[in-house]
This record gives sequence, structure tokens and C-alpha cells, in this order.
Amino acid sequence: MVSKTFSPKADSRLEIKTTFKDRLAFLARLLWRDKGGTIGLIMFFIVVFAAVFASVITARDPLDQDLINSKMPPAWEEGGAWEQPFGTDSLGRDMFSRILSGARVSLTVGFFGVLIAATLGLVIGAIAGYFGGRVDSIIMGPINLILAMPYLLFVVFIAAILGRSLLNVILIFGITDSPIFARVARGEVLRIRESAYVESAISAGARSGRIIFDHIIPNLIGPLITLATFEMSAMIFYEAGLGFLGLSVPPDVPSWGNMLAEGRKYLVNDHWLTTFPGLAIMFTSMGMNLAGDWLRDVLDPRLRRSRK
Amino acid sequence: MLRYFVSKLLISVVLLLGVLTLAFFMLRMTGDPVALMMSRDASPEEMEAFREMMGFNRPVSVQFLDFLSKAAVGNFGNSLHYATPALPLVMERLSATVKLAVIGLLMAILIGVPLGLTGGLNPGSPLDSLGRFWGLLGQSVPNFWLALLLILVFAVRLHWFPSFGADQAKSVVLPAFVLSLAVSSQILRMTRSTVLEVRGEDFVRTARSKGLNQATIYFKHILRNVAIPLISVIGVQFGYMLGGSIYIETIFAWPGMGQLLSQAIGWRDFPLVQALAIFTSVVVLALNLATDLAYALLDPRIRYGK
Amino acid sequence: MAVILEVKDLVTKFYTLDGVVNAVNGVSFTLDEGETLAVVGESGCGKSVSMMSVMGLISSPPGKVESGEALYYTSQGARDLLKLSANEMNEVRGGQIGFVFQDPQTSLNPILKVGEQISESLMKHLGISARDARLRALELLAEVGISDPELRYNAYPFQMSGGMRQRVMIAIAVACTPRIVIADEPTTALDVTIQAQIVNLLKQLRAKMGVATIWITHDLGLVAGLADRVLVMYGGKIMEAAPVDLLYDNPCHPYTVGLLGALPRLDIHEAKRLVSIDGAPPDATIPINHCPFAWRCIHAFEHCWNENPVLTNVEEAHQVACFHVFEKGG
Repeated sequence: MVSKTFSPKADSRLEIKTTFKDRLAFLARLLWRDKGGTIGLIMFFIVVFAAVFASVITARDPLDQDLINSKMPPAWEEGGAWEQPFGTDSLGRDMFSRILSGARVSLTVGFFGVLIAATLGLVIGAIAGYFGGRVDSIIMGPINLILAMPYLLFVVFIAAILGRSLLNVILIFGITDSPIFARVARGEVLRIRESAYVESAISAGARSGRIIFDHIIPNLIGPLITLATFEMSAMIFYEAGLGFLGLSVPPDVPSWGNMLAEGRKYLVNDHWLTTFPGLAIMFTSMGMNLAGDWLRDVLDPRLRRSRK
Repeated sequence: MLRYFVSKLLISVVLLLGVLTLAFFMLRMTGDPVALMMSRDASPEEMEAFREMMGFNRPVSVQFLDFLSKAAVGNFGNSLHYATPALPLVMERLSATVKLAVIGLLMAILIGVPLGLTGGLNPGSPLDSLGRFWGLLGQSVPNFWLALLLILVFAVRLHWFPSFGADQAKSVVLPAFVLSLAVSSQILRMTRSTVLEVRGEDFVRTARSKGLNQATIYFKHILRNVAIPLISVIGVQFGYMLGGSIYIETIFAWPGMGQLLSQAIGWRDFPLVQALAIFTSVVVLALNLATDLAYALLDPRIRYGK
Repeated sequence: MAVILEVKDLVTKFYTLDGVVNAVNGVSFTLDEGETLAVVGESGCGKSVSMMSVMGLISSPPGKVESGEALYYTSQGARDLLKLSANEMNEVRGGQIGFVFQDPQTSLNPILKVGEQISESLMKHLGISARDARLRALELLAEVGISDPELRYNAYPFQMSGGMRQRVMIAIAVACTPRIVIADEPTTALDVTIQAQIVNLLKQLRAKMGVATIWITHDLGLVAGLADRVLVMYGGKIMEAAPVDLLYDNPCHPYTVGLLGALPRLDIHEAKRLVSIDGAPPDATIPINHCPFAWRCIHAFEHCWNENPVLTNVEEAHQVACFHVFEKGG
């Protein structure tokens, strides 16, 4: 009976040391138990695979026109052929390869949009939360303003002004979505800052930079990854929506939104021009939402404990 | 309570000023609003005349003050397309959008709240699985696509509902349902998770320790605590519906503000787009204020000023 | 004294994602009429879970009472609380057995007036009208030492201090003149000065109403002036059970000795360092067939690792579960 003061309240079981391998195994076990998360991740990886290896999966160019074979139905319908499984559009372009290319556009917008939004939001939110007081109010004023406005409306407004280009779309989403990241980052920083271990680090004389990098950033990663998953899915959604209104990437780029806008004209007779791009958006979004739900549960131990 | 409301009101006024400022500068973000509004083949003389007419040749600060003082009395300039004041054109469309949003919201509540409640009270039950699936669909199905599919099935193939317009009573069914899907999913998920959370609160254990029966615990202790955050989610979602019906109104040719917005973009009628953005923001801000008020009336912690 | 509650071989488990937690592993004890029984142990030792299991307050899932009996004696004979229907249990809870929980901050419904929270129990168990319940609730508020009950009846929990909220909790617990009150660390969340007030209030009520009390706590220091008998729990088991005097005079189990050693004592003048018990409580997800304290026990020997000791009389009314005590002479 030596050392350490005996404190009956302390629950030291939580501090049992785990190796990285243990943790990975634990994550894998959690993933396996949550069927939704497993399916979601698989769906997401299918989309990523399709986007990366589009040109390997199908030899057809998504831009090649073939007016003789235009508006060919999908393979399993009368008049279709397995060479072009999802049929062709009004200019005879192969729908299957266009859908695969659309995944590229969507993931590019989603990935870079979220990257910009998360970086901006993290920096802004961390500064506001860490320094608090006047800095906080000056920063959070405009942030709250943007959050209070009807999002879609303003995105449409800006997109209409800036004109159609991939870079514009990414910038619009990256900037208009950063307040959400900023708010979450700020809240987490406030919470972490007030926690006992950071207070003790501060009182022990640690510099701000040290504290931010050693204590705050690692704790922010979990919530931000979860948020990034949901926001990426939302951006893919909104990109398609802008495309549908003719406000996203230029019309010759095969994005799912552009394809839907085009397909709408032929809705009554050639449904596949509408069906497939929509299914692609739904598939991607569903996968990311399932994965996001799972991540949220895994990265938030409070939630994990209460689940069956 | 009064202080709470006054502070919320002040915040709304500040936000309103922010909206006006943003809307003003967004229009000038490309540098030259004239190029934005005129067709490409306009002659330099035409452009100059237009610049003169719109007052874009004045210093920006003068333009801004002019814009603010006119906005204060509800003047947002003239629509280029209609050549009449923009605000009345927008107001004209308000009732159609509100009608669509109200019916959509009712649908969303009728679907989302019961499913969320049963799911939260019996997690893992078949109804809960159905609810979770619905919640997932609502998050993942793009509403502009769903609108097209429903038109194809229920209007073109089955002829149950008209595919566009607002001239029949049943015209509203398809657009309102499409608009409600994402919102019902939000309400459902929120209700479910709040019920799950409240169910595990200490005061529910206290209620059980008093020997109260299950029904009393549900209705008196759990549901009343779920209702408070739910009201605020419903308020926010209603705002989202008012500002987010652009696709649906466009696809169904529903004569509301969303349809006007996509038309105005097509006409490059930016004064009208600007008026729409500002007006919708004002409606949404007012709605948020009303939600805060309702929240305060329901929650004693705010009512008696914590 | 007549026995009022007799618990036999209670086993409770939690089925969680991290594995099956063996929270309570065969707990047996009795409670006499009017007696104050203290249940002492570290957090996670199963003291709260045991009592919640008996009263059917374990949330299920993930919790499940696997086996055991909890006989509740009335003039009509004994009833096993674990076998009662939901409705029968609801008659007992709040009516015959009252509860005071640890955190008054979260244990009261934030959006109901505190008066209503007392009245609803009265209306349910005494079958009285809302008006009569209100009058009785006002009396109760006065009895638990809340001034101006008329005003406080209509207050919401957030408008009260922690101490006052705990008084309201106590009023709820004793509202229907129960025969047993279970107090789960009722003072842990309170300031030290308020703690003493709450302890005194509960003592007074006990003297006045003659109610049997189970006092769950991790604070052995508190127990001395309060309890008639003490159960020391560790790893979901009772390690030592004795009347309070015997326990302090002759603590037998190494864990009890450690707990007592960890108490600051005023009667020893030399500035001795506080003694501590090394190590952490065991991981309850691993089923064991040896003494759960063996990991931390300085006296542990071979037998302790081969068999799980059971409670055995060491003297009259004093039981210990420890091989060291019986085989090595303590």
C-alpha cells in the first residue's frame, strides 16, 4: 500500500493502456456490429473506385457522340444492348461512362469543397473559441449571420452571379459551408479549453501554440471528420441541384446534375436519362450518410456507451 | 422573458442589416454588375446608358446608402424583366410558397413525429427499422429527382395528380410531398434521438421510482421534454422549406417565389433575384424569432429568465 | 427487530458493446425494520446497481437481473419484488419504498413545478384529489425545511439551489410514508456544508417516521455517525458485513482495512501520510473464479487465486469473505 492517494471515485479502468492494434481491432469489431456502417462504407468505396478507375472500367468516352444510336434504352429493356448497359443520351453518349464520370465531378466538388470549408472553419472556429471574449464576438457575428440565412437561396444567388465553372462551385461551397465547421470547432474548443487537463496545462505555463496542437487539435478531429462526411454528402447533393438549375459546372461536363437537367426534357419517353443520375446521387449520399452515422457513434464514446 | 425577447429581436435586426449588406455586395462581387445584367451583344453605349439608369456609376458608398435608405421603405428597385417595382412582384408569389410549405410541413410532422416517437420508445422494433429507413431515404433522395419520378409515375402513367400548375386542389399533393420528404426525415431523426436521450435522463428514473405508470411517464415526463426542442426544429425546417422550394416550384411550375427565382435567373433580372433573396431572408428571420418566442413560452427555464 | 427486506443471491449483468459487465455477482443481505444500513464501496463496485436491481430500476436493455430473490415482508407475508408485475411494482415503488438519488441537478424534471412532482406521487399512491395532494405537498415541503412552501411549490427546479432541490427529492421520497428509503449517495453532489444539513434532515426524518434506510455511499467517514450496520462491497460482491461499531473496532477484510486507512483521522495527531490502496478496480467484463480483490490485495496467496471466498461469520453478526482472515488469521 504505497504511492498515489486512494480516491474511491476515480474509475481507473478507463485508463487501461491500449495499443494501436487493439484499437484497430476494436474499431473493426464495432464496424462489423453496425451493419449500416459497413454497408455505407462499402457503398462509398464503390463510388470512389468508380471515380478513380472510370476509364479502366469502361473503354467508352463519356463525351463521344453517336447520333445514330441516340436515346438507346438500358440493356434490360427492349432495344437495349449490353455494350451500353445504361443506354445512351440524346446525343448518343454512353450513359454508363457518363455516370462514372459524374462520380468524378461529384467527389471532386465534395472533397475539395469540404477541404476548404473544414480548413477555413477549423481556423476561424478555433481562434474564436480559444481566445473568446471580443475576438469571439467579432468572428462569430458574420458566422451566425450566414448560418441564419436560407442557405440554398444564397448559394443559387452567388452561383448565378459568378457563372458556371468547377472552381467557382468548389469555392462557393467551400466558403459558404465553412461557418458550420467554424461553429462546431468553436464549440469543441470551448469545451476542451474548459476541461481540467487543458486548464492544468495552461496553469503549468504551456504556450498557446503547444496547447492548440497538443490538446485541442487532436480532440477536434473526431467531430470534424463526422461533420465532414455529412457535409460532403450535402455538397454532392447541392452540386447536383445547382447543375439541375444550370448553375454548376459548364454544360458539356458530364456531372449528375447536368445529366438530370438534360434528362428532364426527355422524362416522359426516355426515363433512364433521369433515373440513373438520380440513383447515382442517392447511392452516394446514402453510403456517406450511413458511414457518417457510424462514425458519429464510434467517435463519440458517450453515444457508444448508450447503444445496445 | 421580456429581456430575452428584446435581445432576440435586436439580434434579428442586426442580422437583417447583415443580409442587406451581403445582398448588396454580392451583386457587385464580379466587379461590374452591368455586365452581369445585360446580354453579351449589348453595345458600349447601351451599357453606359444602363449604368447611368441604375446608378452604378456613382461611388459604391453612395450606392450602398441609397440602397439601404430605399430598402428601409421597402423599395428594392425595379425588376428589369417586368419594369415594375420588384417587391410587389415577390409579395405576389408569397402566398403560393407559404401554402406549399405549410402543407408540406404538416405532412412532414404527420410522418416524422409518430415514427420518431415509436422508434425512440422502442428502439430495434420493426416500426423503428421502418422509421430509420425513412430517415435515411429522406437524407439521400434528391428532391428534384424524386419530383421527376413522381411526375412520371403518378401524373404521366397513372394520371392521379396533375404534373404541374396550381389550379386544382390536388395539385399541391405531389410538390408538398416532395418538399416534406427531407424535412420529415429531419423531424423523425431529431424526435427519435431526443426521445432516446430523455428516456435515459435521471428525472425519468425518479419518475419511475415514484411508481408512476408507463403512460404517465411517457406523456407527462418524456414527451413534454421532447416537445421543446422539437418546436425549434420544426420552426427552422419551416424556414428551410420557404427558402428551399426552388427546385420543386420550378419542376411543378408552382407559382411561388422559388419559381420566380429560377425565372429571374434565366432573365438575368438580378434586381429581382436580390429582392427575392432579401425578402425570403426576412421571412426566415421573422420565423426564427417566432420560434424563439414559442420556445420561451414552452420552456420555464427561459420563461423565468435563467 | 423484524426483517423487512431480504435479498438472496442477486446477480445482475449489463450486455454492452464492450462485453458483458458482471455488475452484481451474488449479493445477499437483510434489512430490519427501522434499521439504517450503509452500503460502502468504490464507484463501479455494484452498490447502486444492487439496489436498483431490487427495485426494478435497472434500464433494460442493457441491464438484466439474472437471478436471485428480493423478499419484501409485510403483515400479509413475503413477496418477491423481482417477480412482481409492472403494476404491482409500481404500487411498491414510491408508496412503500422511497428513493433519494445522487444528483438533484438532474433528478428532477426541469420543466415541471417541484410541487407537482411531489403531488403526482401522492395522488398515485394515496388516491387523493389534486387539492388534497397540494396541501399535503405543502406540509412536506415545510417538513423538509423549505421556507415559504406556498412560493416554492410553484418554483421550477432551476430556480432552487442544489441543497433545496435535494430537500425536494427527500420530500418526494418520504411523501407516502414509505417503510424503506433508499438514498443513493444523496450528498455526493452537494457542498460540504449542505451535506451536513441533508444528513441531519434524513436522520431526523428517520427518527420521526421510523423508516428503514439503505444509505449507499463511498464515504466511510460519513457512515460512522449514521448507520447501524455496514456492507462493504467490492467487484459486485459483499466483502464484509458488520454492525458499525464492530466494523470500526475490528475491520477484517484487507479492503475494509484499506478503506479505513484511507480516511483522514482527527484523533491521530502525528501528521501521517494518507494510506492508499494501490491499483484499480477489476475489469468487470471478465468473469472470474477467484477473489475479485486479489489483484490489489497485499495479503493475497494461492487460495485467493483459486477460489472465490464466500461470506462467513468471523464473530457474532460480523461476516467476512476472505481466505486470509480465516486461514492466516488476519
